[in-house]
Amino acid sequence: MPENLLKRFWIERYNEQNPMITFKNVSKRYPDGYIALNNVELEVESGEMVFLTGHSGAGKSTLLKLIAAIERPTSGVIAISGQNIAQLKSAAIPYLRRKIGFIFQDHKLLFDRNVFENVLLPLQISDFDNNTAMSRVRAALDKVGLLKKEKVMPITLSGGERQRLCIARAVVHRPAILIADEPTGNLDIEYARDIMAMFKSFNQVGVTILIATHDASLLDDTQHRILSLKQGKLAA
Amino acid sequence: MMRAWLTQHGFVFFHTLKRLASTPVTTLLSITVMGIALSLPTGVYVLMENLQSISGQTAGSPQISLFLKQDASKEDIDKIQQRLQEDSRIVNYQFISKDSALIQLQQSSGLTDIAANLTYNPLPDAFVVHTRENTSDSLEQWKLTMQSWPEIAHVQFDSAWVDRLNVLLKLGRSVVLMLATLLSISIVAIMFNTIRLQILTKRDEIEISKLIGATDGFIQRPFLYFGAIQGLCGGITAWLIIAWGIDALNGELMPLTQLYGLEIQLRYLSLQDSISLLLFSAWLGWLGARISVASHLWQIEPE
Ligand SMILES: Nc1ncnc2c1ncn2[C@@H]1O[C@H](COP(=O)(O)OP(=O)(O)OP(=O)(O)O)[C@@H](O)[C@H]1O
Ligand SMILES: [Mg+2]
Repeated sequence: MPENLLKRFWIERYNEQNPMITFKNVSKRYPDGYIALNNVELEVESGEMVFLTGHSGAGKSTLLKLIAAIERPTSGVIAISGQNIAQLKSAAIPYLRRKIGFIFQDHKLLFDRNVFENVLLPLQISDFDNNTAMSRVRAALDKVGLLKKEKVMPITLSGGERQRLCIARAVVHRPAILIADEPTGNLDIEYARDIMAMFKSFNQVGVTILIATHDASLLDDTQHRILSLKQGKLAA
Repeated sequence: MMRAWLTQHGFVFFHTLKRLASTPVTTLLSITVMGIALSLPTGVYVLMENLQSISGQTAGSPQISLFLKQDASKEDIDKIQQRLQEDSRIVNYQFISKDSALIQLQQSSGLTDIAANLTYNPLPDAFVVHTRENTSDSLEQWKLTMQSWPEIAHVQFDSAWVDRLNVLLKLGRSVVLMLATLLSISIVAIMFNTIRLQILTKRDEIEISKLIGATDGFIQRPFLYFGAIQGLCGGITAWLIIAWGIDALNGELMPLTQLYGLEIQLRYLSLQDSISLLLFSAWLGWLGARISVASHLWQIEPE
């Protein structure tokens, strides 16, 4: 079964010696000619938690999408635990994405499915057996405090609750890397701190985390590394 | 792993059934359309199979019967015999007198009732001729010659109607093939469009599934199941239509068979043909879905 072979391939390629995420000379030019990233150099160690800031349009989302091969680089090398994903065949991309939990800036929730079913989706796509899947979904919902709302449709959730639903879906399959694009956008400071605490607890169990935000208040009291993007270039 | 795979496929299977049941009118309409489309070529095929088996029971070696005039004399018979003797195209011939013909008729199955009530012998003397000639052109020529002999009332190729039937069956086979091809294409086209619409309405789900690591296989699966299941249902409908049609025709045939004491009963699709029909219809649905998925899914790329 090719699926198995691909999984094993990933596990074998997984190498503690390599940084979790490496960008070498990465540029991204969109089809309309706009250069969103310009010669970005970046390393994120396994188990690190890193913030990515920058003005609107600086290229934060673009950089995060490159990691999950949602966008492909125009030039340069992107490696995830030593594996160059710029050369990844499209059939292998799903297995890269399953290593990553992605919290999208525009949420990407399914509004015709309830909370539980939304969180179940990442497990369904990777052929989890039913019982394991059920208990994992409940565990993830419990972690973000949405267990009581598992039957509710996402349309009725508040902004903060939706954000937490996105987090539950991103962590339910226990990814090695968690990527969050503006996870606290539009949320008041109380909610935002709540969510940051959640990320910290994930990081404490070894998950590599990359968070894009322009919310300066989140960054004031952090000891974590902060990368700053300006016009597609990474400032020192 | 195997169990997870089975659960996944079982899940998709039942999910698909649920989806079909959630829009009962649409589902029934499409299944009916497919069933009717499939029943046309299959129905013609069944009729031909029946005709063939009926003709197979009666077909013999090609022979020519020469019926003499009712009032033919002994000399007339001798004259004919003379001519036949001299003809090199003839393998052998046999004289059947009107008396022995009547006895044969009385003994032959199914016609006893008619023969028993005869008050006089309506049958003529006859020769049965076996010939080397087997092209229909030269046989036709020969028939004309014999027809012109004054002692002869009627010349008949015993295989003539079988030949005609065979031509008809051949024609029928072409019709079945043409109908089957055209209607199969239309079924694939219907399924192509159905799946196209479904993909459009499930755009978000497909995009998000791709974003979080679903393989193309996973995304295609429900659509392929949908196509195959709907195709199978169409095949079952076609089977039922044909069974109903044969019942109706057998009802029509009943008075005829009673009148002539003949044993003619149309048969249903054989088990093998039934299975072929169902597999083929499921495959057609699957194929339409497969083509649709291949030409539409790649357009939905996450952005
Ligand atoms: N698909 C696209 N096609 C063309 N240009 C794009 C595309 N996506 C993004 N861009 C452009 O690339 C630049 C960087 O976009 P990106 O979304 O990475 O910015 P960002 O830092 O995430 O901004 P924000 O804080 O507003 O989310 C923007 O100027 C944007 O207009
Ligand atoms: Mg952004």
